[in-house]
Amino acid sequence: MAETITIEVARYRPEQEGEPTLQSYEVPFSKDWVVLDALNYIKDHVDGSLSFRWSCRMGVCGSCGMTVNGEPKLTCATFLSHYLPGPIRVEPLQNFPVVRDLIIEMTDFLEKLQSVKPWIVREDDPAPAKGEFLQTPEQLDNYKQFSMCINCMICYAACPVYGLDPQFAGPAAIALAQRYNLDSRDQGEQERMDVLSQHEGIWGCTFVGECTEVCPKNVDPAGAIQQYKLAATKEWFKSFLMPWSKP
Amino acid sequence: MKPSTAYRQYHPKWYRTRVSTLWWSRRWSYLKFMLRELSSVFVAFYVVILLLQLHALRGGPEAYLEFQEWLKDPLLVVLNGISFLFVLFHAVTWFNLTPKAMVVRLRGKRLPNLLVAAPNYAAWLAISGLIVFLLMRQG
Ligand code: SF4
Ligand code: FES
Repeated sequence: MAETITIEVARYRPEQEGEPTLQSYEVPFSKDWVVLDALNYIKDHVDGSLSFRWSCRMGVCGSCGMTVNGEPKLTCATFLSHYLPGPIRVEPLQNFPVVRDLIIEMTDFLEKLQSVKPWIVREDDPAPAKGEFLQTPEQLDNYKQFSMCINCMICYAACPVYGLDPQFAGPAAIALAQRYNLDSRDQGEQERMDVLSQHEGIWGCTFVGECTEVCPKNVDPAGAIQQYKLAATKEWFKSFLMPWSKP
Repeated sequence: MKPSTAYRQYHPKWYRTRVSTLWWSRRWSYLKFMLRELSSVFVAFYVVILLLQLHALRGGPEAYLEFQEWLKDPLLVVLNGISFLFVLFHAVTWFNLTPKAMVVRLRGKRLPNLLVAAPNYAAWLAISGLIVFLLMRQG
């Protein structure tokens, strides 16, 4: 078995170069090492100037998304052994501006996320008298899959629509909007629909479906968007046929 | 959607990649998507053929015979063959979309995707069967 493996890392140091270059590092190979372990090895033992984001190293925080051999991946959940004998190329997530090395700029995503109000919206603001809103396991089941999203932006990196038109709201934001729409405690569906029924919202999606393929949490954002489209179409028909009915 | 693109101009040091025009060739799933988009051209082609056929039908038996002769042109046979494959592809991908857009629950459990798509295929089979039956009876 290989003793070491070559990692080619995209470096971008804006103060000294105009575009990213690749730098190769030899790191020890271990069968239970993930790509993030290799990067941390480089940072700790070889080259302290390498910059990248990570935190939980267990697929929870969503900060370690990078492009591994051309595919967007959570580097803490991507094993070196999968790419034997190497080399493994690690680049920043696609479709986002690169700030430095493997670090991308994510303000755009955060703004989009916020615009769909990913929290429970209530018209009757005071908390329920009994202290909490009750929910049955079936009601929880309705939205649970979409609530698994960890905001890793891997789906954005895989989405050609987002790459071509950065105005597009994108997979995770729409999936999270749907997560709250389907929550029995929420009353904000209409507010979200106002934002997402725009062209840059759900209708921007041409259903390439790759977001669902790459999502490390099985969120199925592509499914969420198609369900959203169906709901929007139904609502449009209703307001068309019965203009007097309040949405 | 209020994007921060305007703000970004002031960050000349961020490195931005452009999506290449050939992005769809990078991955099989992207290519499949492009083929599906392309398939709509062939669906339109079928519609045109059908309209021409109706037109010929209205023109009487002679016009219809002429239309049938025209259809035998090798070029059209090949074109029709390719169209058939694309329309098939279009139909299958469209049918498989149903379980994505519709969550069907039975006694609280979500039905598996295959079962949600199945009625589409059943209807397809039934209608095709009916057409074949009608054709056979004539012939
Ligand atoms: S939907 Fe999946 S891929 Fe997209 S941000 Fe959420 S967890 Fe990541
Ligand atoms: S380090 Fe937190 S998800 Fe990978």
